[in-house]
Amino acid sequence: MRPFRYERADEVSAAVTTLVRDPEAAYLAGGTNLVDLMRLEVVTPELLIDIRRLTSDRIEELPDGGLRIGAAVPNSDLAADPRVRRRYPVLSQALLSGASGQLRNLATTGGNLLQRTRCPYFQDITTACNKRTPGAGCSAMEGYQRDMAILGASPTCVATHPSDMAVALAALDAVVTVAGPASERRIRLTELHRLPEADPERDTVLARGELITGVELPPPHSALRSRYRKVRDRASYAFALISVAAALEVTDGAVRDARIALGGVAHKPWRATTAEATLRGAPATRESFLDAAAAELSAARPLPGNAFKVPLARNTMVATLLELLEEAR
Amino acid sequence: MDLEIELRVDGTEHRLTVDTRTTLLDALREQLGNTSPKKGCDHGQCGACTLLLDGRRVLGCLAPAVAHQGADIVTAAGLADGELHPLQQSFIAHDAFQCGYCTPGQIVSAAGMLQEAGAGWPSAAAKDLGATDVVLDDEEIAERMSGNLCRCAAYANIVPAIAEVAHR
Ligand SMILES: Cc1cc2nc3c(=O)[nH]c(=O)nc-3n(C[C@H](O)[C@H](O)[C@H](O)COP(=O)(O)OP(=O)(O)OC[C@H]3O[C@@H](n4cnc5c(N)ncnc54)[C@H](O)[C@@H]3O)c2cc1C
Ligand code: SF4
Ligand code: FES
Ligand code: FES
Repeated sequence: MRPFRYERADEVSAAVTTLVRDPEAAYLAGGTNLVDLMRLEVVTPELLIDIRRLTSDRIEELPDGGLRIGAAVPNSDLAADPRVRRRYPVLSQALLSGASGQLRNLATTGGNLLQRTRCPYFQDITTACNKRTPGAGCSAMEGYQRDMAILGASPTCVATHPSDMAVALAALDAVVTVAGPASERRIRLTELHRLPEADPERDTVLARGELITGVELPPPHSALRSRYRKVRDRASYAFALISVAAALEVTDGAVRDARIALGGVAHKPWRATTAEATLRGAPATRESFLDAAAAELSAARPLPGNAFKVPLARNTMVATLLELLEEAR
Repeated sequence: MDLEIELRVDGTEHRLTVDTRTTLLDALREQLGNTSPKKGCDHGQCGACTLLLDGRRVLGCLAPAVAHQGADIVTAAGLADGELHPLQQSFIAHDAFQCGYCTPGQIVSAAGMLQEAGAGWPSAAAKDLGATDVVLDDEEIAERMSGNLCRCAAYANIVPAIAEVAHR
């Protein structure tokens, strides 16, 4: 690991200013992703600004019936919160399906959102990777493709976003609050992460120095009946090949509302808006679920090494919706 | 960059100077001579370095020591209080190891896990996410302990060793 300086920030504005002025500075939260990437020399900051005390570590009720989650709330506390378990079960399940008990105790809400891809070439500085070194090329094109994207990828990068929590938050219409050099701003979770396009070095729309202060959840509505299903190469402690976060509202045998997001398929949590539109008003049956999944995945462009993910995504979507339908009965 | 920090380790206060790159794991092993936590992977993937940090189980290998100034740390060595901790006794009784390299991490992790379950924290194996009484059946134990790998695959004895303490 390269040498670095360490400072604890006491004020948001000072931390933001430091990051804007010093291109070699980085925020440190739980460190479970950043420290690993520093050890691998994938990132080499010269100054770490510890921000854990800058943002809230509490989960608070909002006047509209939603919840506000401070950026420093550990993943384990968020998953165990009784309000989250009752009103947003998909979020608890997504968190609990990620990493391990030890990691969730250190990992924070802000850090989870901004964790970097687990693409093996991104993590190996001896290989070519456009995300690490723009213009260097993408080793995954001719390499290991199992974990790579099937939706929204570009010829420059086919990496996936690894967070489970972010997939649930995408389905829940969460909003991220951000402090920046100018002022606070609010970003819809589905618009926080970006597709790789020609500049995969940028994971998100955040500007240099912008600090995530929290995540807001709207009132639960259909989230009350929601679920996270994760498919992976081993039963636990592995990243998703495919994951589905879904919420379903059924009245008189018809789908009134559906919220679906997919993980493991794209450079960002993938909100399945096409599937949702197909489902709204349709009979709540296996056939409708299959149609909706097919409609969403008609845009899929798999690589030779991950074509299996298209039927896997379809089946996982259908199975998750069927489980929710069963629950509604 | 060197910084001076204080750590309480297994009940004893220490003041030490660490490079900012030093993790809690390295501070314990290399500077304080406490080799109870092990370095398996140094990437957060194996659980051999598990510690209790202010009462919660965490990985020592991904935690910069300077970020945990003043922390209260418990290692497997510190769990024994005059006599062996019930988990330590149970691991011996159940022959829950072969080489033993993962064992301190397993035992500290199990201690943290039992507290989490006692506090009603759910796991991915929960059948009812809302349930506040956690029943630690084998599936629950395996899921909650999935962050601790055992290269010798002593799992078949680790789960019963933990179950015996959990069901007391
Ligand atoms: C072995 C292993 C298995 C894992 N498995 C899973 C899994 O299955 N599913 C899953 O979802 N995750 C998994 N993870 C990843 C884990 O969830 C992340 O490492 C963790 O959530 C990151 O949070 P942190 O607080 O430690 O972030 P850090 O490592 O401290 O930071 C991560 C990044 O976010 C930036 N950052 C942090 N907070 C803020 C903020 N408030 N504002 C702006 N920038 C910020 C940092 O500068 C850094 O770039 C796994 C990790 C490991 C090591
Ligand atoms: S897929 Fe993206 S992250 Fe992976 S090697 Fe290619 S450019 Fe790098
Ligand atoms: S040494 Fe820390 S998890 Fe392997
Ligand atoms: S006993 Fe050998 S690694 Fe677990």
